[in-house]
Amino acid sequence: MKGAIIKYAQDNIDTDVIIPGQYLKVHDYAELATHAMEGLDPDFHSKVKEGDFILSGKNFGCGSSREHAPIALSHSGIKAVLALSFARIFYRNSVDGAFLLPIEIDEDAYNEISEGDEIDIDISTNEIKNITKNKTYKMKPFSEIIGKIISAGGIFKYNPDQN
Amino acid sequence: MNIVEKILARGSGKSKVSPDDVIFANVDKVMMHDVSGPGVIKVFDKLKKQGISVDKLWDPTKVWVAEDHFVPSAEKVSAENIVKLSKFTKHYGIEKHFKYGMGQYGICHTISHEEAMVMPGDVYVGGDSHTNTTGALGAFACGLGHTDIAYVLLHGKIWFKVPETYYFKINGKLPDHVMAKDLILKIIGDIGTDGGNYRTMQFGGTGIDEMSVESRLTMCNMTTEAGAKNGIVEPDQKVVDYLSSRGATNFNLIKGDDDAEYEKLFEYESSELEPVVAKPFSPENITIVREAPSVELDKSYIGSCTGAKYEDLVAVAKILKGRKVKIRTEILPAAISIYQRAMENGLLKIFLDAGVTVGPPTCGACCGAHMGVLAKDEICISTTNRNFPGRMGHIESQTYLSSPMVAAASAVTGKITDPRDLQ
Repeated sequence: MKGAIIKYAQDNIDTDVIIPGQYLKVHDYAELATHAMEGLDPDFHSKVKEGDFILSGKNFGCGSSREHAPIALSHSGIKAVLALSFARIFYRNSVDGAFLLPIEIDEDAYNEISEGDEIDIDISTNEIKNITKNKTYKMKPFSEIIGKIISAGGIFKYNPDQN
Repeated sequence: MNIVEKILARGSGKSKVSPDDVIFANVDKVMMHDVSGPGVIKVFDKLKKQGISVDKLWDPTKVWVAEDHFVPSAEKVSAENIVKLSKFTKHYGIEKHFKYGMGQYGICHTISHEEAMVMPGDVYVGGDSHTNTTGALGAFACGLGHTDIAYVLLHGKIWFKVPETYYFKINGKLPDHVMAKDLILKIIGDIGTDGGNYRTMQFGGTGIDEMSVESRLTMCNMTTEAGAKNGIVEPDQKVVDYLSSRGATNFNLIKGDDDAEYEKLFEYESSELEPVVAKPFSPENITIVREAPSVELDKSYIGSCTGAKYEDLVAVAKILKGRKVKIRTEILPAAISIYQRAMENGLLKIFLDAGVTVGPPTCGACCGAHMGVLAKDEICISTTNRNFPGRMGHIESQTYLSSPMVAAASAVTGKITDPRDLQ
């Protein structure tokens, strides 16, 4: 899976900036996408392209349980968020709803990958290739259950009795 | 096993579970509100299009619904969400729907204890991050998103990774003017907003034994701000009395074994605690009130599931009695039952005499949605749980999080004030 990086070099990007509280009443996915990251980066909506990845620091998606957060990012075109760590509800909402891939990366990848870099993520080998800089990093492998839910295409397509 | 492991073992039909085990737990109660409810309805619509049956719920008697985030409706989208929610509960035969304007209603986490919707030992999930609150009753209480709640509504179970547990041992009774909110803010300041990520935060020790159930609810509520999967206190006679007085019967008090294991032990001496605030823009940004910056406040907000329970309002009334507020101050009891008790016991008169505006239960301004949001550059002291940029209104507004007593004392002076220093 290839895409370009939009980098937010900070920790604790919370759901209130990913999609501010005033939009919680909105359940139209396309409309939510127009407000994605509004609390942090008002230019996000104009610069994001289909297939882009976000790169960020620790505890990405902390705060509320609002599924609006992965929905707004996913419907903006974001296919994966690469972060040093994730807050738990954002992580499971991203996977169970099959909105985007939450990819845990190490400090080297976080520091060396820059805004605009072309990246290739291969979850079968747990490798992240930086095509622009010709470097390869390891991602943290998904746990067994997460890997299975991702392969199935979300919690509703995952059958715990068969898998 | 510790209490959470025992509850999850029971819930998944296993004799033993350990941290990192992945289980499907049967759910005893599930909650959604006027934000997560319409989100769940949207998921149901998607499932229908995919040919997945949503004809009936696994058990409508185990589902309850709150109207809290966008009531009273400020505009038509919110109003339509309430209509959608009502049609959904009617269609699926969900009887426990606490409606705005029809007797008891309030913030979902407050209804959970005021109406004894959740019992000790339950596996309880809710479509809201602060579902952790209700762990104070001795339940495994955990917040989930719309897709997971939709899954629970249809299947009655959901997956969990059994969490590691951090045990916080609190020694001794909190001093006067120091509230549970001060203690939990102090803990979050120490471990950080991701300090409890994926874990259980369990509270015990003589300090917790001495605490009221409502103070324990404050403790567990804020575990969300440390990223915890859930917060929990082992149930005791106080919990039984609290829930019995709200009509509950048939208790199943699950407690940890004597040889229960915890990933880490933290210890706090209550006598060393002082009133604190969390400065903008993070709940971990803690300072003791007497060293807080000398800023001119624009507003004091006393509301939310964290800071507008009955005991919180009693504490506020102690401070405001015979005094006047100097800044815009709003008190929004977190449920109608609390509002009513505040009226019967004379608290509302104290508030109104002090110059406060008393509003209806709502999440409103706590999440920057409506009913008193902040303007650009405004500074607010608040009994709520989060102060991220833009949380309570304009992205350039600021919120200091505090206990109800500190918010009340600050309302009187217009500056961040330790209640012990009030003239």
